Amino acid sequence: MKLITAIIKPFKLDDVREALSEIGVQGITVTEVKGFGRQKGHTELYRGAEYVVDFLPKVKLEIGIGADKVEAVIDAISRAANTGKIGDGKIFVSALEQTIRIRTGETGPDAL
Amino acid sequence: MSLVSLKGIGRAWPVALSGLMPAVAMADELNAADTAWILTSTVLVLFMTIPGLSLFYGGLVRSKNVLSVLMQCFAITCMVSILWLVFVYGLAFGDGGALNAWVGGFDKVMLGGVGRDSLVGTIPESVFSMFQMTFAIITPALIIGAFAERMKFSAMMLFSALWLIVVYAPVTHWVWGGGWLGELGLLDFAGGTVVHVNAGVAALVAALVLGPRRGFGSVQMAPHNLTMTVAGAAMLWVGWFGFNAGSALASNGDAGMAMLVTHISAAAGSLAWMCMEWLRHGKPSVLGIVTGMVAGLGTITPASGFVGPAGALIIGISAGVICYFATAYVKQTLKIDDSLDVFPVHGVGGMLGTLLAGVFVASLGGAGLAEGMTMGGQVWIQFIGVISTLVYSGVMSWIILMLVDKLVGLRVNADQETEGLDIVLHDETGYNL
Repeated sequence: MKLITAIIKPFKLDDVREALSEIGVQGITVTEVKGFGRQKGHTELYRGAEYVVDFLPKVKLEIGIGADKVEAVIDAISRAANTGKIGDGKIFVSALEQTIRIRTGETGPDAL
Repeated sequence: MSLVSLKGIGRAWPVALSGLMPAVAMADELNAADTAWILTSTVLVLFMTIPGLSLFYGGLVRSKNVLSVLMQCFAITCMVSILWLVFVYGLAFGDGGALNAWVGGFDKVMLGGVGRDSLVGTIPESVFSMFQMTFAIITPALIIGAFAERMKFSAMMLFSALWLIVVYAPVTHWVWGGGWLGELGLLDFAGGTVVHVNAGVAALVAALVLGPRRGFGSVQMAPHNLTMTVAGAAMLWVGWFGFNAGSALASNGDAGMAMLVTHISAAAGSLAWMCMEWLRHGKPSVLGIVTGMVAGLGTITPASGFVGPAGALIIGISAGVICYFATAYVKQTLKIDDSLDVFPVHGVGGMLGTLLAGVFVASLGGAGLAEGMTMGGQVWIQFIGVISTLVYSGVMSWIILMLVDKLVGLRVNADQETEGLDIVLHDETGYNL
């Protein structure tokens, strides 16, 4: 099992969700987050007072998935979230030790 | 001079009528249309402070200080109302006897003599006094923008009370109460000197005396809720019709023209400021367009009963452009933390409008000069009005601030300022989300 964490542009969320549905992903968790990478922040100007805003709003997706589907998920997110411009985000893949479905008590890949 | 005032009449033909005023006051009868309009205008002008200015200012501070600003506006409204009743109305519009050129007197303590039958011009004196009270409320409320986010509430109350008595009342008397500037022929229809220069200069002095907020120039101090600011600005625009068109003290052509030119100047000021930002920074900002609106309105205020629509267009555009540069200059070059830009918008706008009133009263469809007056002569009188208000308000505001500092201290301490005035001074928070 793998945990895929993707940071994407907020306006790409719907496209990514659709792309994931198409390849049979059954559930995702979405969080609104702030951060910066190479894109850095932006400046805001209020009556001549300039403020640098370091952190930009992004959306974080978390997807628990069987190891066999990792490539398909990465591919779906990469295609759907890509604009070709700086700030498109990142995908992190990490090992997932255990999964438990709370309602039934199922564990492992059956719980995904 | 008993019933001084006659604001509209006295100001439209100050020289011609100054000697006749008591007789005019006697001869006038109550006019129901005039009374109805000034009753309405009074409501509109109060609406400018609460909720208009309160929301406008409240949105511009950080969320930890939003209640402190709303509280200051509200408390000033209440306190000025009581002081006006007790003796300040008389100080502004009463008979000062030998000192009448400079200040009113104590003949109207507890609004003595203001009964159901007493008139000012064609309206009940109760209505006149109440209308003027709403001006006395908004003027000190404008000043709080300069020292927002750092002044003690006690100090703010003491300063506002003393400033009303020592600065606002006399300057009002000079211009509208039968004092020396009115006699001189100063054209200030609705408060370019009395309200905007007066408050703007006091604000600048207060910003200098208190010093900048902690972290000014380095820490993020962006407005916490521009939605609130835009709502407040829109209320100010609407309320301003009472301020300017109400200052005709009648329901007549002067009032109608004042309303028209007020609206034109607000629109022109908004667009001018918006375009300045668009040209210089690449984007038109929301805060920019509403600030331009306030600049346009403040600047047309002294001129509103005297100029025509074309004059108003020029006044509005110049207000948007000049106040825009003044704001950048005060903040970026002088590095003065006049936190909500009271001086560059109201002070500079008030000066500009008072001077331009002298130009456009005599041109582009203006009401025309008093007999025997030249445009140059009028502008010189306008200049005297601006300078004397500027110097008097500046010096007296400084003295009052020094006094208040000795008595209760002006600023909260550094810890309190960082924590925010809402929790520190009022034990409340604006938002519990």
